[in-house]
Amino acid sequence: MSTLISSPHIHGGDTIRANMVAVILALVPSSLVAIYMFGWLAVFLFVICIGGCMLTEMVCLRMMGRSTAPVGDGSAALTGLFLALVLPASVPWWMPLIGCVVAILLSKQVYGGIGYNPFNPALTARVVLLISFPLNMTTWIMPMHAGGVPQVDLYDFAQCWALFWHGPAALGQGLDAITMASPLGHVKTEWSQGIGVAEALQNYHYSYLHAFLGGEAGSLGETSALALLLGGGYLLARHIISWHIPTAYIATVALLALIFHQVNGEHFAPPMFHVLAGGLILCAFFMATDPVTSPVTPRGQLVFGVGCGVLTWSIRTFGGYPEGAMFSVLLMNSAVPLIDHYFRPRVYGKGLR
Amino acid sequence: MLQTLFRRAMGGFPGGVHPSQQKLTEAAPIRECPVPPLLILPVKQHIGEVCAPLVDVGDRVLRGQKVAKSQGYVSVPVHASTSGTVVKLEEHPVPHPSGLGRLSIFIEPDGEDAWDESLTPMPDYREQEPSVVRERIRLGGIAGLGGAVFPSFIKLHDHRNPIDTVILNGVECEPYLTNDHRLMLERAEEMIRGMDVIMHVAGAKNGIIAIEDNKQDAAEAVRDALQRIDGTEGISVRVLPTRYPQGGEKQLVQALTGREVPSGKLPAQVGLLCHNVGTAKAIHDAVVLGRALTERVVTVSGDAVPNPTNMSVRLGTPMPFLFARAGLEDLEGMRVIHGGPMMGECLPRTDVPVVKSTNGVLAMKSGGLYSEHAVEQPCIRCAKCVEVCPVGLVPNELAWHCRHDQFDRGQEYDLFDCIECGCCSYVCPSHIPLVHYFRYAKGQVAKIEQERAFAEQSKARNEARDNRLAREQAERAAKRSRVKQQRSKTTDAKPAAIEADAPEQEKKGDSE
Amino acid sequence: MSIVAAILSLGGAALVAGLLLAIASRVFHVEGNPMADRIDQVLPQTQCGQCGYPGCRPYAEAVARGEADVNHCVPGGERAMLSIADLMGADPKPLEEEPSPPMLAFIREDECIGCTLCIKACPVDAIIGAPKQYHTVIEDHCTGCTLCVEPCPVDCIDMVLKPEVLEEWTWSPPQQHTVSEQPL
Repeated sequence: MSTLISSPHIHGGDTIRANMVAVILALVPSSLVAIYMFGWLAVFLFVICIGGCMLTEMVCLRMMGRSTAPVGDGSAALTGLFLALVLPASVPWWMPLIGCVVAILLSKQVYGGIGYNPFNPALTARVVLLISFPLNMTTWIMPMHAGGVPQVDLYDFAQCWALFWHGPAALGQGLDAITMASPLGHVKTEWSQGIGVAEALQNYHYSYLHAFLGGEAGSLGETSALALLLGGGYLLARHIISWHIPTAYIATVALLALIFHQVNGEHFAPPMFHVLAGGLILCAFFMATDPVTSPVTPRGQLVFGVGCGVLTWSIRTFGGYPEGAMFSVLLMNSAVPLIDHYFRPRVYGKGLR
Repeated sequence: MLQTLFRRAMGGFPGGVHPSQQKLTEAAPIRECPVPPLLILPVKQHIGEVCAPLVDVGDRVLRGQKVAKSQGYVSVPVHASTSGTVVKLEEHPVPHPSGLGRLSIFIEPDGEDAWDESLTPMPDYREQEPSVVRERIRLGGIAGLGGAVFPSFIKLHDHRNPIDTVILNGVECEPYLTNDHRLMLERAEEMIRGMDVIMHVAGAKNGIIAIEDNKQDAAEAVRDALQRIDGTEGISVRVLPTRYPQGGEKQLVQALTGREVPSGKLPAQVGLLCHNVGTAKAIHDAVVLGRALTERVVTVSGDAVPNPTNMSVRLGTPMPFLFARAGLEDLEGMRVIHGGPMMGECLPRTDVPVVKSTNGVLAMKSGGLYSEHAVEQPCIRCAKCVEVCPVGLVPNELAWHCRHDQFDRGQEYDLFDCIECGCCSYVCPSHIPLVHYFRYAKGQVAKIEQERAFAEQSKARNEARDNRLAREQAERAAKRSRVKQQRSKTTDAKPAAIEADAPEQEKKGDSE
Repeated sequence: MSIVAAILSLGGAALVAGLLLAIASRVFHVEGNPMADRIDQVLPQTQCGQCGYPGCRPYAEAVARGEADVNHCVPGGERAMLSIADLMGADPKPLEEEPSPPMLAFIREDECIGCTLCIKACPVDAIIGAPKQYHTVIEDHCTGCTLCVEPCPVDCIDMVLKPEVLEEWTWSPPQQHTVSEQPL
């Protein structure tokens, strides 16, 4: 009877780990599609990213003399899974490892561990890799079942193993011989050569159906919008995320794209292309909704989503990089404390007489 | 904005949770709890000012006799809950998380249970002046029996705000508790008459009895009773979807009417009056029967209680006696909760009496309470607390400020609008004791305020003393110079040096 | 030539800004609350002299003049120290002594000889009594400063713990568990 305890004396049973496991479950469809599309390369990436992140977390906690129990809460594993899903399948083995260290050490543990990181760890790692190794990070190996004939048989363990450890040289090829640009990158390059959007998409053999189901070039988890939507729907149904951020984010991008496409259809890509392309859906449902780095208030979440949308569309359209979803989420992450402060819910009975 | 409009159209309140109901006693009829061998009546059982005892050791008292009288406006008297002899007047622990005590009147029952008849029955209350009936409700010792124990008579009258609707709160959203449920089933008529008294005093034409849909049988019983009683046309029963904390006064007002009670005000501000169903029944007894508040319905439950039940219990009955009636003889190693599991207090002492706020007591096996062993982990900002907060706070940010003693920031984040319903702690995946932080911060703010006031007072007293000393010294100096002048006129021969010494000496003596 | 233009324009801008500042300081002038007053306001006003000054006000003045450190007020505890440091823009320093729990003076009346020395010593007039009569402490006014204990010739004044009252009880913060206790 010594300690003072306060009500409530019962609890709903929610835990951090349950939240993390739910997100991991929500990513299962996308991960399966990734394995279907990218074969052994996807498997290698999942293993090395998840393992690398958990190992880094454990080493960090050990070095700080803290309990290593939080490794089991699933957050490091989730970061690893996220990291794998935003990487191109063709990266050599050491690149994801660097990503793991950046994500867990530089983007999470130095800020104090889970709950204290201002920026999404997986996206930070991805951006660091993108800036450090632009070539590897912007060329994509052609997935299986994409309609074309893949240069590498991704279901062949030996070939993938060689490619993973020794790079394309082991297969007697250059990187550019086995990879291609993403639709977003292609459109951007073509426009710089004076070729309009419609023509660019045509000579890329772009197909909305492929973009939706999976089959266009891209990072592991970006290819299938359908799988991502399934996972996102699961998270919404489980109340792990709320509808505010994904809706505001995707609607903003679509709206901007629609307006500008109507104004000048040759320069500005159509809304459907924007929504399905690149990492938009992945970011909208999984990255921008990362609880730690997104606002907590409903109105704040709407503002955050709109901000992400404006930035994503702007970077894609006017920026130097073909894809802007990661950058915009990270930029908006930095605005979260401000957003949370200014967009609080209305308090019951306040401002009345 | 849209959400607000939607809510207005649909009724309901934002946020809230659905804890497991655990209404173990919903089918248990109200049993009469025998009078214990010793009753312990704390001299304050309501929110407000403390009462002064009117009896002394050895006095014989009757049931319903006033034994402690109010000493301020926000106060109601305490009555003996059976006839007997006052055997002791001393401090005794009360149901409170601190385990601290309060002056209590100990009564040894004589077994006759004879009533004091000083309150005359008022069956014709409709013919009486509202102020007379209101005074009767005060004299009956009635305070809100839902658990907040705010003196009921105060809410009944507000000359600035006419009351249009009286709301009777039969929501009982706390898990385990079923005392209001059973009361509505078994005492519906008295309750409705009590409501009619309230409507008469408040001058209200309409009444709503609010019941959650997990108590359909109670709603049915109340509807039947309304059919039987004449003059209740203005009263309707509203069945609400079950959700915690719908029984909170402000949440209920919002759920029923879409109106919001302004921050820091009573529902009267928006023309409403809210009373618990048990309070209405007690008001009926005090007015129509002339019986002061001496007993109440208590749910005795919890996973350690062999025969959970509802009992009509005399105020002042010791908890161990009560639990023994439900089959639990030994409270050793139990956690006893006063109230429900969402808002109730965990009692450090179990030898406390039943008081007016005791709507239920739960005995839980030690280690079975979440609040005992929860380990706080870092906030992952999942926003669930924001989602469930019925008041619209940002609990995670607020708790952060409270935890770091940033009480000014805490008040900026509307600390004092928190109703401590516990929804935020209930859903927190990081198991942060948010409500505990808010209680801590509220206490600290009050403490700082009090210390500030005491310092002001001390300073004023110190300054008054300094001024007095200075004045006294000035008076003495003036007196001396007068004496000196007189003396210098009479004896010019005295050397001036001695004169100069004299005040010096006097001063020394003064400061020693 | 261009350098002259630059000097002129920048100088002009500086002049205008300076004028604006001067006007603003006149228009929005607030009668400043002198530092000593503001420090005095955060002190507990026990007048106990534990800081080495003859009362709260003198200590506040000494701090305001920069003669005394911010951490000498023991009864004020950490909160007063932090407030003073904040007002002075100084770095917080640890208190020299842990503040004791709140105390009250208590006179054992059967031993009191009615000498009135404690009455004279009390800075807040919290002791009442006449010469040759028992003295007693008004609990509600006693600040627990202990100044009355020393002058008593028969040592009949005790400092007792201020009793804990239900109305003044407040919640202590939740117990901090460490992550290592977390069951996996």
